[in-house]
Amino acid sequence: MAVTLTINGKSETVDAAPGTPLLWVLRDHLKMTGTKFGCGVAQCGACTVHVDGQPTRSCITPHDSLGGAEITTIEGVDGRAADAIREAWVENQVPQCGYCQSGQIMSASALLAENSNPSDADIDNAMSGNLCRCATYMSIRRAIRDAAGNL
Amino acid sequence: MFLHDIGIIPTKTAGSQDGSGRANLTNLSRRGFVAGSGLFVLGISLAGCTGYVEPDVDADAFDLPEAGPSPLTEVRGGDATPSLWIGIEEDGTVKITCHRSEMGQQVWTSMAQIVADELDANWDDVAIVQAEGHERYGDQNTDGSRSVRYNFHRLRVAGAAMKQMLIAAAALYWELDPAQCSAAEGKVSNTQNSDTLSYGNLAELAGRLAIPAEAEITLKQPDEWRYINKEIPSLTIPKLVKGEGTFGIDVDRPGMVYAVIARPPQVFGRVGSFDDSAALDVPGVIQTVQLPDAAPPAVFQPMGGVAVIASDTWAAIQGRNALEITWRDGPNAGYNSDSFAEAMKATARRPGTVRRSRGNVNSALSSAATRVEAEYYAAHLSQSPMEPPAATAEWTGDTLECWACVQDPQSTRATLANILGIERENITVNATWLGGAFGRKSKPDFVVEAALLAREVGKPVKVTWTREDEVRHGFYHSVSAQYCEAGLDEDGNCTAYLHRTVFPPIASTFVDGLGTPTDGEMGLGASDVPFAAPNLRVESGDAKGHLRIGWLRAVSNIYHAFAVQSFAAEMAHAAGRDQKDYLLDLIGSDRTIDPNAEGATYPNYDASLDEYPIETAKLRNVVNIAADMANWGRTMPEGSGLGIAVHRSFLSYIATVIEVSVADDGALTIPGIWLAVDAGTVINPRHVRAQMEGGTIYGLSNALYGEITARGGAVVQDNFPSWRLMRMEEAPRAFEVEIVASNAPPAGVGEPGTPPAAPALANAIFNATGHRFRALPIIGSQGSRLTFPQDDNA
Repeated sequence: MAVTLTINGKSETVDAAPGTPLLWVLRDHLKMTGTKFGCGVAQCGACTVHVDGQPTRSCITPHDSLGGAEITTIEGVDGRAADAIREAWVENQVPQCGYCQSGQIMSASALLAENSNPSDADIDNAMSGNLCRCATYMSIRRAIRDAAGNL
Repeated sequence: MFLHDIGIIPTKTAGSQDGSGRANLTNLSRRGFVAGSGLFVLGISLAGCTGYVEPDVDADAFDLPEAGPSPLTEVRGGDATPSLWIGIEEDGTVKITCHRSEMGQQVWTSMAQIVADELDANWDDVAIVQAEGHERYGDQNTDGSRSVRYNFHRLRVAGAAMKQMLIAAAALYWELDPAQCSAAEGKVSNTQNSDTLSYGNLAELAGRLAIPAEAEITLKQPDEWRYINKEIPSLTIPKLVKGEGTFGIDVDRPGMVYAVIARPPQVFGRVGSFDDSAALDVPGVIQTVQLPDAAPPAVFQPMGGVAVIASDTWAAIQGRNALEITWRDGPNAGYNSDSFAEAMKATARRPGTVRRSRGNVNSALSSAATRVEAEYYAAHLSQSPMEPPAATAEWTGDTLECWACVQDPQSTRATLANILGIERENITVNATWLGGAFGRKSKPDFVVEAALLAREVGKPVKVTWTREDEVRHGFYHSVSAQYCEAGLDEDGNCTAYLHRTVFPPIASTFVDGLGTPTDGEMGLGASDVPFAAPNLRVESGDAKGHLRIGWLRAVSNIYHAFAVQSFAAEMAHAAGRDQKDYLLDLIGSDRTIDPNAEGATYPNYDASLDEYPIETAKLRNVVNIAADMANWGRTMPEGSGLGIAVHRSFLSYIATVIEVSVADDGALTIPGIWLAVDAGTVINPRHVRAQMEGGTIYGLSNALYGEITARGGAVVQDNFPSWRLMRMEEAPRAFEVEIVASNAPPAGVGEPGTPPAAPALANAIFNATGHRFRALPIIGSQGSRLTFPQDDNA
């Protein structure tokens, strides 16, 4: 059944099986592969997008539950918080393989949009759902602190 | 700053890579610097206020003799023919071929730094061409922490040769002696005036000149380096932060269908019968395909099972869930981790096969004032890169093209040819970016799956492994049991040292039934032990593999360093000495060590001991530096402790100090880590620091939580969190890295950060709590804190 979604401000009509998670609609139907598959059970955060500004695990979110919602992905996220995060990510050379980093950036920019001066505990709390096997955790902490300072 | 977009450019545009072999290569090596031909766009550069306009260099205006074959096909490290590595476009773009796989170690950037430095290219002109799998590049197996070590010299030669030819071309144009010309920032300058010619303008003429022999090439001195040993920003990160770039799982082909596979739970289990009617009813499912059963030895073959082909990945997953399959047991049905652990520990208690020996350990032990013994155990691990294995295959008639996140596109191609029964020449393997690898993606079984399925369904097929697939059907880091025994004299000095190691070797994946640890694995931290004890013996015991055993970041160094460096601290405790001071004494005086002189067969990471000796001075140096960084010896609060470990692996020397804080309820935090590394010549200090942090956390994550177990031959864990990784809030609060300045040949950095992590952690916990943890993982997937006493077998 065709469903119309608003993704990065653009209207997209997709025809996927009912219940198909947003992740696979993005990746396989819309060829927006910046959002990554890591676990399929909301345990790793690689698939994080924003739904109405809230960080959301797209791998367990049915696409047909999102009519009327504003969906933002790594390809489209912008604004002061996201720009500061990206800049700090480059400045601190955060990514290694980079596979989890779309999700890291989506979680971090949502954190900063809500809280422009996060404490270490706030950072841990906001980022604890995003796994990184390359273990860029220390760089991520540094970059979020820098981004907050540059806001 | 990167002003232009760096993209993956198909290799076929770069110079000479048409797959037809050496003769053509050599020919193109003189002609192929410029992709395409035709008129140059007039290059205009205004030098200051002189009004200088760069003239167009017309290569056809010069009557040149035949240049002859490349004299650089066999320099140290392999072929350094410039056109194999460098293509200069008319617009000045310098395309540098990277034949190693980019998996987060920043090999694109480091390879480009090496070439661009000797070439004196303008860094902003650099673009990377990712090489397909082909023998012309020499070794492409991106493992063993050796991309820089294997290629440093020849890539420098290639860059320097190219620069020399560009200078020669400019000299020819200006009718000068080449010594009157100089190169910098992508231009050749006439030193007699201020005229310049850009590389893009000179490239075609340069490509018609003779390639200089190695003896005619002068490489830069280290103090002349502009990119090497500098913190050049990554070529991949600007794309990654925008979600750009193509990983294996991101590949898309016209008409492509999506596959997931239900594989037998046991290695060499088989499909008994299956009912796919419910699966075929799932919306989007197109068909199912039964794959051939696997038979020993495993090598890189797919494990069989039933594939579900669908119009998207989710439909394929749902279809797989609806399959009803009756599995048949195979030869590994009896593999249970609990009983296997007991059997391995029993083997470790019995005399084994001597792999290195000096003096007489038995008599020294019997006359020792104090004897210390300990048993260590470490569980199987899964590499678990965040990107699971994924591959896409497409057939055009009899030719096959694959795109996959593989560490070795060359062996992938050979494996495909072998299993599919087609000629290698008919196969193209494109390496995408790898979303981490850690050894998993050096095994191309998943690419073979895609190729088999694409041939069967007649369309391009992408095979995606779910996380459950990755955790249950891996090539696992080997499980191990070790026994250590030492004799101390009345002053506590170690007079006898015995280390016995038991583990199923990686070779069991390639030779059915093989259970004897290989010299290579023994040389990963066992037979190369650097201790000075006058009596020393290293032994191995056999154990057969029942899962597919494979490489995982740092390989056997992980469990060997855990045992050896934990035991060093146990000896220190028995002697009533400080861990760090005792470790320095165990290592002893400054000298080089040759395990071969004491009966070992020691590969030294395929390097000569002359070029890369085992130097105790370097071990001691990093111990002292790390200890100073951590302010070793400071008074620690109750429940806190520092632990230290040092290990040489992949030809690098690393000492790690870890601080732990343990609450009364056993909750563990890691306030700080201090690490000193001597990796010889360093291409990019940022890369080294990132790998030290990443390698250490990888080791700590595995040491605290990592455990793959089997029951009835099947892996028990399936996804996060039953297979648990360290998270943000568990990561250390501070991490400092010091890189020892060195002009020694470059050594490895991707893996050697991992081995010291586990023993430094265990030694810190001991100093904090008095409890000695001798089995990994220390906490496990389900626990939240340390439980005492975990192991009391001393």
